[in-house]
Amino acid sequence: MNDLATYNFAYLDEQTKRMIRRAILKAIAIPGYQVPFASREMPMPYGWGTGGVQVTASILGPNDVLKVIDQGADDTTNAVSIRAFFQKVANVAVTTKTKEATIIQTRHRIPEEPLRDGQTLVYQVPIPEPLRFLEPRETETRKMHALEEYGLMHVKLYEDIARNGHIATTYAYPVKVEGRYVMDPSPTPKFDNPKMHMSEALQLFGAGREKRIYAVPPHTEVVSLDFEDHPFEIQKFDKPCALCGAANVYLDEVVLDDKGGRMFVCSDTDHCEGRQAHGHAGPMLARPRHQCKEPAE
Amino acid sequence: MYVAVKGGEAAIANAHRLLADRRRGDRALPSITIEQVVEQLGLAVDRVMAEASLYDRALAALAVRQARGDMIEAIFILRAYRTTLPRFGYCEPIDTAAMKIERRVSATYKDLPGGQLLGPTFDYTHRLLDPSLIGDGPVAAPAVKEPGEHIMRVSDILDGEGLIEGDGQMPEGHLAGDLTREPMEFPMPRDLRLQALARGDEGFLLALAYSTQRGYGRTHPFVGEVRIGEVEVELDLPELGFAVSLGTIRVTECQMVNQFKGSAKQPPQFTRGYGLVFGQSERKAMSMSLVDRALRTDEFSEDIVAPAQDQEFVISHADNVQATGFVEHLKLPHYVDFQAELDLVRRMRREAARAPEQEATEQNREAAE
Repeated sequence: MNDLATYNFAYLDEQTKRMIRRAILKAIAIPGYQVPFASREMPMPYGWGTGGVQVTASILGPNDVLKVIDQGADDTTNAVSIRAFFQKVANVAVTTKTKEATIIQTRHRIPEEPLRDGQTLVYQVPIPEPLRFLEPRETETRKMHALEEYGLMHVKLYEDIARNGHIATTYAYPVKVEGRYVMDPSPTPKFDNPKMHMSEALQLFGAGREKRIYAVPPHTEVVSLDFEDHPFEIQKFDKPCALCGAANVYLDEVVLDDKGGRMFVCSDTDHCEGRQAHGHAGPMLARPRHQCKEPAE
Repeated sequence: MYVAVKGGEAAIANAHRLLADRRRGDRALPSITIEQVVEQLGLAVDRVMAEASLYDRALAALAVRQARGDMIEAIFILRAYRTTLPRFGYCEPIDTAAMKIERRVSATYKDLPGGQLLGPTFDYTHRLLDPSLIGDGPVAAPAVKEPGEHIMRVSDILDGEGLIEGDGQMPEGHLAGDLTREPMEFPMPRDLRLQALARGDEGFLLALAYSTQRGYGRTHPFVGEVRIGEVEVELDLPELGFAVSLGTIRVTECQMVNQFKGSAKQPPQFTRGYGLVFGQSERKAMSMSLVDRALRTDEFSEDIVAPAQDQEFVISHADNVQATGFVEHLKLPHYVDFQAELDLVRRMRREAARAPEQEATEQNREAAE
């Protein structure tokens, strides 16, 4: 039992994979609909991405190339851990390059580089139900979805505006998929919402603890909820990335000292490194002087 | 200049090495054996088996040791192993009336056929630290009753008079549900609820059961009977045409007798709450039976007024492996989302700071007009 070699390819047994694939197919057939599935107990804790891991394990083949990111980065501890898990139990090729990956498992971000046809993005989802914080009962929320009764969500967004002058949801911002189901995009910043719309890639969402799978097939309409007089807008950053100079990307704030020193760098580490390799530089990039000819973008 | 932090892989490996070191502790002391855990920390082993839904004393003991005595971690390790095991069939329902009784007490009768049998209980011990246990002194052999006597269940005594509702029947051809294999759905039938409670966190069920006693969904309970002992597990083999014994397991069963006023259709009858747990755990079995009864609101047209009666609340939060995962996952990085919140709060604070100025200019303008 302590020898991982005795586990099936990609850990899950084939019966379980078949069950999960059926749930995935149903999810693809009904975009944005949460399909209940018999989530298994995984060898990592609930909340660490057990849903995403089960989806990835079920679609992974020996020829796939896997990329795992957490907060947009390949080198965060949990991304490292999940990548190592699949290397161990499936012996698949792994990469940090968005372009090279066939399957990308993610927590909290969508890569900056547009995904292409044939790629699959697997999201780790903590609470799949967008209405959960408005109505804690599953029996009620399922009814609300069935009746397309989303008034409560609009009231919530309206109340945000009345109280704060803004819609106060900055991540896990609700979207409507193909004009039917309101869906939780997982806790990605709303900055990433537009990337889901008409994406060429297949997007799969796995919630292990809550036992739900849902999907956005390629070329599907994904619209962030808003009002005519308060249109949806994404976060904007004042400065470009301090390392690669990229504008219009999502940035992490890095605290440099205890005197208020801050820098903003790409959350998507692969995107940042790729740009640096192509000679782009931000104001704080450490590099040999002779390469610093090109001005920051 | 900023250098991005790398090396998550090395950090993880080092953390695991440190964990292994702390687990082993002082190398001058002998390592604790699995057999010792099984024999001397038997109730810890029982709890892990019960909440992991896997009856294997050695593996549970290994999990306890591997988890450094952290019960929920041990339960988690054993469950993750259980998931990978193939299912080759369902056993016949165990017959607790045929149990080889080690302990059996009833609070509803002073004396009854089979008698009251205290067994290995903490009840009536005085909780004084016992310095003699520091050493490894001799322990007297216990007096043990000859097993083999069939001891009828208290519920059967009441049932004989029709004073208590029946044992509860599922519809013909009903296959027992398994929430580790099928997605959960509410409302949940009683068989699945009982499975969820049997796997549920002992502390959570204890607190809920306690809340029913303090008035949050009162059920007027009496312990009809608690019995602990070994029962046979039998599997029906279609090729043979009869059931064969796979071995015995130790279980704790609690039958709670609760009040019920009766209705126009039914004469007054006592109702039941049921608890069944692997190993020896009265606290868990009793809590389970109280919560089981509290959850049967639909059968008795009771209003749901307390948390213990609300099946979505109880079942969705009883699983400690799920609960600990989701609570503890908050320590994983969330900085991308936090950045989004920071951005909004900063923006709203800027706007709030500007607002009084704007108001002042508007007032000036109005005054001028």
